[in-house]
Amino acid sequence: MGFLEIKDLKVHFPIRAGLFNRVVGHVKAVDGVSFTIEEGKTYGLVGESGSGKTTTGRAIIGLNDVTSGSITYEGKSALGKNKSILNTHKDVQMIFQDPYSSLNPKKRVLDIIAEPLRNYENLSKQEVRRRVEELLDKVGLSPESIFKYPHEFSGGQRQRIGVARAIALKPKLIIADEPVSALDVSVQAQVLNFMQDLQKELNLTYLFIGHDLGVIKHLCDNIAIMYKGRYVEQGTKADIFNNPQHIYTKRLIAAIPDIEPANRAKQLKYRQEVQAEYEHASDEYFDNEGLAYGLQPISDTHLVALPEKG
Amino acid sequence: MVLKIRKNKYTYFRGINLSKTLLEIKNLKTSFRINDDYYAAVDDVSLTVNKNEILGIVGESGSGKSALAFSIMGLHNRAKIEGSIDFKGKSIANISTAKMNKLRGKDMAMIFQDPLTALNPLMTVGEQISEIIFLHNKGLSNKKRKGRVIQLINQVGIPRPEHTYEQFPHELSGGMRQRVIIAIAIANQPELLIADEPTTALDVTIQSQILDLIKDLKKDMDAGIILITHDLGVIAEMADRVAVMYAGQIVEIADVHTLFENPLHPYTRSLFNSVPNTNEHQDRLHVIQGIVPSLQNLPRTGCRFATRIPWIDESAHEKNPVLHEVIPGHYVRCTCHSQFYFPDESKEDQKHGVS
Repeated sequence: MGFLEIKDLKVHFPIRAGLFNRVVGHVKAVDGVSFTIEEGKTYGLVGESGSGKTTTGRAIIGLNDVTSGSITYEGKSALGKNKSILNTHKDVQMIFQDPYSSLNPKKRVLDIIAEPLRNYENLSKQEVRRRVEELLDKVGLSPESIFKYPHEFSGGQRQRIGVARAIALKPKLIIADEPVSALDVSVQAQVLNFMQDLQKELNLTYLFIGHDLGVIKHLCDNIAIMYKGRYVEQGTKADIFNNPQHIYTKRLIAAIPDIEPANRAKQLKYRQEVQAEYEHASDEYFDNEGLAYGLQPISDTHLVALPEKG
Repeated sequence: MVLKIRKNKYTYFRGINLSKTLLEIKNLKTSFRINDDYYAAVDDVSLTVNKNEILGIVGESGSGKSALAFSIMGLHNRAKIEGSIDFKGKSIANISTAKMNKLRGKDMAMIFQDPLTALNPLMTVGEQISEIIFLHNKGLSNKKRKGRVIQLINQVGIPRPEHTYEQFPHELSGGMRQRVIIAIAIANQPELLIADEPTTALDVTIQSQILDLIKDLKKDMDAGIILITHDLGVIAEMADRVAVMYAGQIVEIADVHTLFENPLHPYTRSLFNSVPNTNEHQDRLHVIQGIVPSLQNLPRTGCRFATRIPWIDESAHEKNPVLHEVIPGHYVRCTCHSQFYFPDESKEDQKHGVS
């Protein structure tokens, strides 16, 4: 029994046009995605922009309406908008991509971090203040910053405020939507280390959404690759990086810049091989509409989108 | 005769080949006015760019990389620029806008970081590309110009050029917009191309396509390219020489192979250590303590990186750090690199707890 189970999740957005603004079609942002996350693990969701990875994350936390499929969280359904479900959502929190636009510039740090506390817990002013100070201490910001505004902080510090807000209600699952892609390498290292420390300390489960494969490899236990709303490959870190099966995964891995200048020629050759394979064999991997096929298991942990044999 | 060859050889090994030098910057200082004082964002930078060479510039945000690029292109309108910038032997520092406009877009061009703000939302892609051709070659007929624009759109790998010609920037994806920016930059086959974080906003697969495109430019047009980025992987793949910038100064400059095999300056080494390496497993990433100081708070004397490596004894730093040539072509600022080491994990944890 998984901690979070997603079954055949579909999120379709209607396209409206013409007279009376009728629905003329659908954008299939997420089209049949299933996965399970174990408690205390980090699950990485990788894809290009527009592949539906953010939509998946937002659907889990209830920011996007789900067209069909099921999301069960510790055995309870997390779909719909009634009160008991909102309480389930309390255990799921999100860290947003852009630390500059995800914090309200008109609110003090105290109010930003206290907002979830005020929504869900009946605490007196002093208690709220004390909790916020504890949280700031946990994310490594000084307690004096409680009355400051977001613009007074650097990017890395702002992202820590976002993290403090996410862990305020002691959630069990955190959805991190590209939390470091807007940050410099050194600040990125700071936030990543800190997220790992928190995970150990609070036994958090992460759903880490990103497109930087270096970061994903550093952090995640299981990885899924998404393309046009569907999974193309899913497996453990070793499955994906050492034994990529799908041509799309191979292209992604080949495209990572190599940090050794001495490997330039080797890398170029590998890239050309993958490109050649992509050009003449892409029909085998994608159906008539250019979408991925259903997932077929090739080992216990490793699933690849391949056409059914026969 | 013999003497002449020897001289060339000598200068070549120092990284400066006189006959091939395209851009030479000496003691450039770009200062911005904050209240009543001028603060230097680029402080005493000297470097050269040769033909058919990619010079990579690395550094965190706030280290002055973009300010340097904008100074070369003359795009700062209120900054004080001191020092000399020589392009093909002619000074281009502080020349009139009219003179600069003759060079910009023709002999030197720039690829901007954010393709959405760099493009005009009210003009079609085709018009924007043909504008730059028109400005530098007014004699070309409309028909020929359109032909050239379509050829350019094709060259940067956008499918269906005739269709894209009529499209507006908002109709294109991020990668396509960045290609349009590149098409504009290469329209007049510039000899010097400055690429300011050309792939930061893009996905890896598109990034590798754009980088290939820049490599082709170097090969086909024999251009000198300045590639500004904070992604060390991109530098490793692309650059011939690398300059590392910190707080407005160049702290290390070397051939790409030398720099990646044997980085010396503490800042360069810290940067390398903070990148998640895809080949080996690391439990924790190295964190550079503190933050890049803001322009007003920059230490103007002594080693500027000293405050971020406080465990290194003060006597290790020079009073007025200068670039030392460690081996031919490899320059490092300050003497602190000889005594630098990474601190223990446990000690480090205590130190970067509260910021």
